[in-house]
Amino acid sequence: MRAFCLFFVLLLAGPVAARSVTDSAGRVVEIPDEVHTVFAAGPTAAVLTYILKPDTLPGWPRALRPSERPYIAAPYRDLPETGRLTGRGGEANLERVLSIEPDLIIDFGSVRDTYVDLADRVQEQTGIPYILVDGRFEATPEALRLVGDILGVPVRGETLAADVEETFARIDALLSEIPEEDRPRVYLARGPDGLETGMKGSINTEIIERAGGRNVADDGGATRGLVNASMEQVIVANPDTIVTWDDNYYAKVFDDPMWAGIDAVQRGRVYLSPVEPFGWIDRPPSLNRMIGLIWMAGLLYPEEWTSDLRDDTRAFYSLYYHVDLDEDELDRLLEWTDGRPR
Amino acid sequence: MDGRAPEVGTTPRDRVARFPGTTLIGVLVALVCVTAFAAIMIGPFALSPGEVLATLVGRGDAQSTIVVWKIRLPRVAAALLVGAALAAAGASYQALFRNPLVSPDILGVSAGAGLGAVAGIFLSLPVAAIQGSAFVGGMVAVGVVMLVASAVQGTDRTLSLVLIGVVIGALAGAATSLLKIMADPYDQLPAITFWLLGSLAATTSDDILPALPLVLLGLVPLWVLRWRINVLSLGDEEARSLGIDAGRTRFLVIAAATLVTASVTALAGVVGWVGLVIPHIARMLAGPAFGRLLPTSVLIGALYLLVVDTAARTLAAAEIPLGILTAVIGAPFFVWLLARGRRGWS
Repeated sequence: MRAFCLFFVLLLAGPVAARSVTDSAGRVVEIPDEVHTVFAAGPTAAVLTYILKPDTLPGWPRALRPSERPYIAAPYRDLPETGRLTGRGGEANLERVLSIEPDLIIDFGSVRDTYVDLADRVQEQTGIPYILVDGRFEATPEALRLVGDILGVPVRGETLAADVEETFARIDALLSEIPEEDRPRVYLARGPDGLETGMKGSINTEIIERAGGRNVADDGGATRGLVNASMEQVIVANPDTIVTWDDNYYAKVFDDPMWAGIDAVQRGRVYLSPVEPFGWIDRPPSLNRMIGLIWMAGLLYPEEWTSDLRDDTRAFYSLYYHVDLDEDELDRLLEWTDGRPR
Repeated sequence: MDGRAPEVGTTPRDRVARFPGTTLIGVLVALVCVTAFAAIMIGPFALSPGEVLATLVGRGDAQSTIVVWKIRLPRVAAALLVGAALAAAGASYQALFRNPLVSPDILGVSAGAGLGAVAGIFLSLPVAAIQGSAFVGGMVAVGVVMLVASAVQGTDRTLSLVLIGVVIGALAGAATSLLKIMADPYDQLPAITFWLLGSLAATTSDDILPALPLVLLGLVPLWVLRWRINVLSLGDEEARSLGIDAGRTRFLVIAAATLVTASVTALAGVVGWVGLVIPHIARMLAGPAFGRLLPTSVLIGALYLLVVDTAARTLAAAEIPLGILTAVIGAPFFVWLLARGRRGWS
């Protein structure tokens, strides 16, 4: 009943104070002039929304874990769980979405036809405007500007977009000096045995190439996305740098005889990515990758990329996540980002 | 080799088609050995036969030694073990339930093991603990099936076992799905998906050592009980008339076959179709007498999974999950078996 009323309210209120925006998929969507509440369709959109205008976020797709709480500003770390709304409606009930009464649904990620369809359906069914935002790494500045504009914080959107563009430009300037064959060979080790990885071109490893690494899991573009690798393939690929965010894997990699012969392990170049509150590499692949990118550029090009990760991290968490980290929190976050002496 | 076991359940046609037992076993053992050596040589890390031999006698360089001893040998051993175990369990279940459509997961062992492993991944446990919880999950699922079946007291024991197996399997599957939607879509969900498709990509000797004695512990009773299993495959009436306690034998066979299946599922993930298809091939070659069927199934199963796993790790740049290959090969083959209209049974 409530949903029904809401539908009529939206129908009546909609045309009065509304404007049209064009989302990343080229859909023209009518949205209210002032957006107070945004339902984030998934974790990537939640991160984006939180960064731009946390007040509009009614909840997290997954409630924060205790270890993640210090890295999100106080009022927002207690937001409830709302579930995801991806792929055939996901597990967030549409009625629950309606009961939250969002002005807008935002999805940040793929803008392919399936998602366009899903957005159109949900929009038609609920009467809530549904915005699709392109989640590719390269499209990050546009995403920030688009959503900043939609949420009524265009200045913040512009500031962050400029910040992202500056980081991209710094890396591009650095990489223009370094030919492809001289770039580090990086392996992303996922899963407790480190044998799950992302093929070159997948969204999970986009950050490696963006930071100027060569993803050793490369079959010439035949496969994209996550795959199982075998130890033998890792040995043949012999990466000189390994990044992971699995602490089970990180705990054993230096003692495991199978990994002992890998260049990266012999040189002590295995790094554990922070995951709080969101993973620095992917998991989810959202704005959180910006600090991961800075970190990885420093790992891959220590001579050329001379900035202090501690300062960068403090600045990033303050500017993007609205939280000022104390020394303890920074220590905990950055514990293994420099690798570990063997 | 099973001279003392009575030939029950054989038809004249089976007798004609059958190879002499020892010859068949000998040929299969030789095939397994040759294939295993070939599998040790094949892989992305290029090694000549000479280098493999040098490594096997302890004269290879460090990296080749790791590839041969730490990666390929455990993997070849695991493929042999998993194939043998699943085929043996499949043959046992098919004889026990007197039904050629039965596979080792009929009583929910795969569903239970899957749930156990998924719970382990969901809780971000280390690999060994994930395998442990998979094993426990498989055993518990079948345990629950047997408990419920004994409480239900149906008229047809076998039928109620199978039906309750379906029920418990479906429940475990539902719980697995629940964990999947609760799992972190960016790290746990892919791991769960890979596990549920089966793979030997990460197998080390540390994974095989706990599984090996458990598999043997299950295979020994199956071998010892071969004559009773033969009799049981004729039906409970016949078994009783020959003085066999059908209920106890059935319990022992189920326990042994479950132990075997749960152990290898914990090691390799969910690998379907092997336990369903391989016993049929074995029955075509060796006939239905369990004393011959069991070793034949074991050897063909080992050989089959070794070939499939070698393909899985060499065909593409990424590992192809085993469960995908066994289904793609097994399903059409099974249809072909059915179309031939000869079940090699009854």
